Amino acid sequence: MNMAAGSWLAGFLAGVLGGLGRPVLGLLATIGRVTLFALEAVSHIFRPPFYWREFGQAVMQIGWYSLPVVGMTAIFTGGALALQIYAGGNRFGAEAVVPQIVAIGMARELGPVLGGLMVAARVASSIAAEIGTMKVTEQIDALTTLSTNPMKYLTVPRLLAATLTLPVLVGIGDSIGIMGGWLVGVTRLDFNSATYLKNTVDFLQVWDVGSGLVKGAVFGFIVALMGCWHGMNSGRGAQGVGAATKSAVVSASVLILAANYLLTEVFFSA
Amino acid sequence: MITLSGVYKAFGSNQVLNGVDLSIARGESMVIIGGSGTGKSVMLKSVLGLVTPDRGTITLDGQDVLKQERDAFLARFGMLFQGAALFDSMPVWENVAFRLLRGSLKRPRSEAREVAVEKLRRVGLGPQVADLFPAELSGGMQKRVGLARAIAAGPEIIFFDEPTTGLDPIMSGVINELIREIVTEMGATAMTITHDMTSVRAIADKVAMLHGGIVRWTGTVAEMDATSDPYVQQFIHGRAEGPIPSVR
Ligand SMILES: Nc1ncnc2c1ncn2[C@@H]1O[C@H](COP(=O)(O)OP(=O)(O)O)[C@@H](O)[C@H]1O
Ligand SMILES: [Mg+2]
Repeated sequence: MNMAAGSWLAGFLAGVLGGLGRPVLGLLATIGRVTLFALEAVSHIFRPPFYWREFGQAVMQIGWYSLPVVGMTAIFTGGALALQIYAGGNRFGAEAVVPQIVAIGMARELGPVLGGLMVAARVASSIAAEIGTMKVTEQIDALTTLSTNPMKYLTVPRLLAATLTLPVLVGIGDSIGIMGGWLVGVTRLDFNSATYLKNTVDFLQVWDVGSGLVKGAVFGFIVALMGCWHGMNSGRGAQGVGAATKSAVVSASVLILAANYLLTEVFFSA
Repeated sequence: MITLSGVYKAFGSNQVLNGVDLSIARGESMVIIGGSGTGKSVMLKSVLGLVTPDRGTITLDGQDVLKQERDAFLARFGMLFQGAALFDSMPVWENVAFRLLRGSLKRPRSEAREVAVEKLRRVGLGPQVADLFPAELSGGMQKRVGLARAIAAGPEIIFFDEPTTGLDPIMSGVINELIREIVTEMGATAMTITHDMTSVRAIADKVAMLHGGIVRWTGTVAEMDATSDPYVQQFIHGRAEGPIPSVR
């Protein structure tokens, strides 16, 4: 290889690496900033003042008002799951496992993941839009001048409310999903009602449900963190708030799916 | 006593403050004039630490504002934002009483509400407004609620960012009188941004004109009328011709 070709190759490689490097560096920088933001928020949980009223409102907004959407998602998913498992199990004469597989599928995976994603769509967006609007209309500056730390007043209540209420939502979603499977099993697939329920209860182990609740807490934290982070860093004007809202939902959803895989590895790979 | 010395601030390539020097004595009413977009709001925000200057120092009673204990420092201030910046998640009276409902100045809700209603009256708003939400008010009413919130906890230093913009002449008169009263009766230090020359004459002990990122001129109202400074003359008489370009 001659000199010219060598330096061309070096230049080419530097160009490619540089092109790759900048987005990667940007991504790492963002991860760093989000991590610092999260750590700061968590540290504020343990330092007074704590805004109980805002916390109560966040519990209502994030937990209570998400019940219908989480319940609807769960019941249809449980029903569809029962039909699919029945059809699949039928191929090797194992259609009797419907109650067990519906239960484990809902509790370990679908309850937390679908619950998390639905809450991400509902809550990450509304948190980002609300905080983003407050940012662009100087309400965050006004909070600061009124001696109120926006981190404590806006972020901490939402973060805590989401982390605590999502496991409850997941638990309710699990139950409703299993009910959906039972309903379809009994009405469409000729299962005996009592046997279906007995098989479900006998089969499920505490950790099947517990692991899903832990996932729910992690997903709740992710949802509120993404909502608050993107809201607090919203660009100026209506367009800035729109972009912040979109980024909050997208990043929360992707992070939930990634975290779900990691948690599943940690909990169940043996 | 507030002093700004050599304060610079840029947003990206937009150099807004270019070495601002200004001092405001205790109990003085300082009015800042200058074209829109010259950085008047940015200047107020940098005193409060909401914007961090790139260079220069700002002191309050001789101490750097960025090095003070934040809570104690901010408790001395009241600020009316240019866009009112009311919290739209809570009714008007809770906005006004915000400081009185939490933190070190916390008092019972009924008492805080009474204070809020009284402050609303001072800015020309009746008690029926107290339970409305900010989104239900006109721009001028929101501005006055913002003003009531700024004075609710009896601050020593008050910043008013365009307090009369969007108000009818009668309300402007009420607000000008109120600002004057706060300074003379309560002995507060005030810094007011305005484009309204009637306001300037009604409330200013001293006037400062911001242009090109620096304080171009300071003096009393009488000195303002007498000065031959072409920038000040053009501004106070609202002339299209002069050293300040009309396309900015
Ligand atoms: N947070 C910000 N980010 C970027 N630019 C800003 C910001 N705040 C103010 N500016 C810019 O600074 C300049 C001065 O703004 P401002 O102080 O609001 O002007 P005014 O004198 O009318 O109050 C404007 O060009 C504005 O666009
Ligand atoms: Mg302004």
